Amino acid sequence: MNAAGFPLLSLLTFLPLLGAGILLFVRGEEQAVAANARWTALWTSLITFGLSLILWFQFDKTTADFQFVERLDWMPEFGLGYHMGVDGISVLFVLLSTALTPLCILSSWEAIQSRVREYMIAFLVLETMMIGMFSSLDMVMFYIFFEGVLIPMFLIIGVWGGARRVYAAYKLFLYTLLGSLLMLLALLALWYAAGTTYIPALFELRIAPHVQVWLFLAFFASFAVKVPMWPVHTWLPDAHVEAPTAGSVILAGVLLKMGAYGFLRFSLPLLPQAVEWFAPLIFALSVIAVVYTSLVALAQEDMKKLIAYSSVAHMGIVTIGIFTMNHQGISGAIFQMLSHGVVSGALFLCVGVLYDRVHSREILRYGGVAKIMPVYAAVFMLFTMGSVALPGTAGFPGEFLVIVGAWHANPWVAFGAALGMILGAAYMLWLYRRVIFSRITRDDLRVLLDLSPREVVTFAPLIVLTLWMGLYPSSFFSFFEVSVAALVTRHEAAMALPRLAGM
Amino acid sequence: MNWTLILPELALALVGLVAMVAGVLPKRDTTFGVSMGVLGGLLLAGVLVLAQPEGNAFGGQYVADAFTRFMKLLVVAGAALGLLLAIDWNAKEGLSKFEFPLLVLFSTIGMMIMVSANDLIALYMGLELLSLSLYVIAAFNRDSERSSEAGLKYFVLGALASGLLLYGSSLIYGFSGTTNFDRIADAISSAEGAPFGLVVGLVFVLAALAFKVSAVPFHMWTPDVYEGAPTPVTAFFASAPKVAAIALLVRVAAGPFGDLVAQWQQVIVLCSLGSMILGALAAIGQKNIKRLMAYSSIGHVGYALMGLAVGSELGVRGLLLYMAIYLFTNVGAFAVLIAMRRKGRALEGIDDLAGLGKTDPAMALAMTLFMLSMAGIPPLAGFFGKLYVFLAAVQGGFWTLAVVGVLSSAVSAYYYLRVIKVMFFDSGEALDPRPASLSMVLAGTGLFTTFFFLFPAPFLAAAQAAVAALLG
Repeated sequence: MNAAGFPLLSLLTFLPLLGAGILLFVRGEEQAVAANARWTALWTSLITFGLSLILWFQFDKTTADFQFVERLDWMPEFGLGYHMGVDGISVLFVLLSTALTPLCILSSWEAIQSRVREYMIAFLVLETMMIGMFSSLDMVMFYIFFEGVLIPMFLIIGVWGGARRVYAAYKLFLYTLLGSLLMLLALLALWYAAGTTYIPALFELRIAPHVQVWLFLAFFASFAVKVPMWPVHTWLPDAHVEAPTAGSVILAGVLLKMGAYGFLRFSLPLLPQAVEWFAPLIFALSVIAVVYTSLVALAQEDMKKLIAYSSVAHMGIVTIGIFTMNHQGISGAIFQMLSHGVVSGALFLCVGVLYDRVHSREILRYGGVAKIMPVYAAVFMLFTMGSVALPGTAGFPGEFLVIVGAWHANPWVAFGAALGMILGAAYMLWLYRRVIFSRITRDDLRVLLDLSPREVVTFAPLIVLTLWMGLYPSSFFSFFEVSVAALVTRHEAAMALPRLAGM
Repeated sequence: MNWTLILPELALALVGLVAMVAGVLPKRDTTFGVSMGVLGGLLLAGVLVLAQPEGNAFGGQYVADAFTRFMKLLVVAGAALGLLLAIDWNAKEGLSKFEFPLLVLFSTIGMMIMVSANDLIALYMGLELLSLSLYVIAAFNRDSERSSEAGLKYFVLGALASGLLLYGSSLIYGFSGTTNFDRIADAISSAEGAPFGLVVGLVFVLAALAFKVSAVPFHMWTPDVYEGAPTPVTAFFASAPKVAAIALLVRVAAGPFGDLVAQWQQVIVLCSLGSMILGALAAIGQKNIKRLMAYSSIGHVGYALMGLAVGSELGVRGLLLYMAIYLFTNVGAFAVLIAMRRKGRALEGIDDLAGLGKTDPAMALAMTLFMLSMAGIPPLAGFFGKLYVFLAAVQGGFWTLAVVGVLSSAVSAYYYLRVIKVMFFDSGEALDPRPASLSMVLAGTGLFTTFFFLFPAPFLAAAQAAVAALLG
């Protein structure tokens, strides 16, 4: 049943929590505690990552079933159980989470100087929540992890963030909470209807179309905020700008994927009629998101804000892909989620590099950085290309497939998505030109040091991933190929069935 | 038989009488000794409750079953924790008088009788024993104008509520011919449709009980009394008596008037909706943390009543769990409030918590957990409390209640977060070191709040047994 032979997913989930628990009891001089906290957190996350590689090598790509399954009774009289497992859709997100966390800890090595121990605890708790969410096979557990993410994120932004951090932290928390609570009601209704909270068992459930509409709206309230879709995206730029660099990386890299993952895990398999019914609305909102936020990104003067808006646009492409309901679209969306996780995370790290040195994120503050920091300029170049979806980089396969898929669903939507790619090239290249090229306008920039060895180590895995995903995407597609095919088949079968009444 | 059934109350009363004499006779200050004696008595009562046989006593006036056991354990635990919080505070405020633990003890006896009451007379006796003790301890800091005002206010409004209760009881007695709960139930089910006067009486009784649990629209006294009373007294008010009053409300609604569910359901639904909305909105603007907790407690009563409003077994079970979780979370939060003291002066402003995240990380962490638990954020205990009542509401098809419930949860998260924000994001001076008794309470309730999700089974089972006993 379990390919690893031991409860791998539970171990992955709770190992970071154990590390956080150890950190709670570190005592001593402030400097020593900080150093200890950094190393403990780094090793914990590295060991977690190492263990998670078992998933990469032992995952059976020929089946759409859940693998590495663990089951325990939790509250049997309520039908609640402790169920962990991954399928092709979730396995790579577990890996993404375990891969990004050590990089985040590494990137905070010198940037965070106050309350280091608490910071590292928050990050490890965050990792637990993320991995737990992607590997939960129980609705209530899913909800617990989904919401639990808010606690460390609220503190990370609020304590270690920028000037308007309190506002941003509140906005993130309350926006997401309101959406999630509505989702909770939908989960409770499903729970009542199915008598179980085991997610694969829910797939068998046939729900009356008019009920599906309400359930879809409740799920939508939560996932749309998390993705985020236009017009509920406004928390994201604030959160990104105020968050410390590593917080932005995790936010863009993993947390945004939770919403899209929720659509894939709940809305699509459970509510086929409603999905079909709401798809035009989602397309409209996504195309608006892609075009509008790209234009907004063009007007930004803050580098982080620009990348934040570009995230909204990229996630718009993801939601388009998911709701095309065909193989290309969904595969493209999942790939885009992964590549965006890597590339936008890396872009936030790039901004962080400059911010650590100059303490400004203003675009006009820079210029001519290529002459001072050539290695950095090259790295930044690669990720800029990844973001504009240049063929050969991570961004291309996903966006291309989504556009192909969208063409089948509705050519106009494909046109919107393509327009987003063009605008994306415009704002990213313009950003690059203003920051990296042109003349050196300020003398204090001349003394900047190029990437330190620690920063090189941080960027190296991301560079490799960006090129690997661009040049040989099959090694990633092969993971979710079968699961996506099963999802599409199930959807088509559900649509072919005559409408059943009663829930 | 009668005497063995009522042993917990008897033992507690005996401890109280002995402690009273022991407190008066010696010339020196006996507060600490009496407090410890009362704590011991509460512990003894808890053990006796666990060992209590089930059955009826005194001609059916008194009942002991799984429901009373669950509620009495909560009440005794709440009283003991409340007393533990008060000892050090009273000493620092110069209120160290041996009457305080005694009054807590007598009010606990009142609560236990309330919980076990199976007759309108017994109900009234228990309620008055509780209320009279509470009136006095609300005004315990008699040299403080605010405290005296709180006591007086509580007394006047409480007397009004008692009047309502008696009037309702007399109507019920007049139309059913009995004061015993079982026979009232018989009278309702045998007659073709309940007599109108009985329903009117029921509404009066419900109004009085809604006053005691401070549900909207009978909540007006709560913020003023909570703010004025000494902080440990507020902590006590918000925990044990609230649980006992809710127990009584459930007993009355589900027991004798179970067949009139259509009549009382609307009342409870309105109380629940009103309490949730008011608790969420009115707390936003508060600067005094005791007032904030007052509105928060009104909100929590709203969520708990949601379980009763649904009227199903699942709903009542949700209510019981909600109250159990609320009790411990609330005591923990109040422990932090009681520890708020700088240079010997007690503080009550939310802003006085500023910088706690730096100056006392352990307490700030505990308070964060309590606040998030009250906001219903998983995986903390408060989330499960809300989960069970929402589940019941969804199953019963009470969508209005469920939707208003989640919306007001989201709104109330704002003010709980504000406390966290003040502690972690702002900076301020250190508080005085906290006494060991507070640290103990904080650690205990903090661990309960955090790790409830690991061991929910015994609580679920106990609540299930309690519901089965209540609804037969």
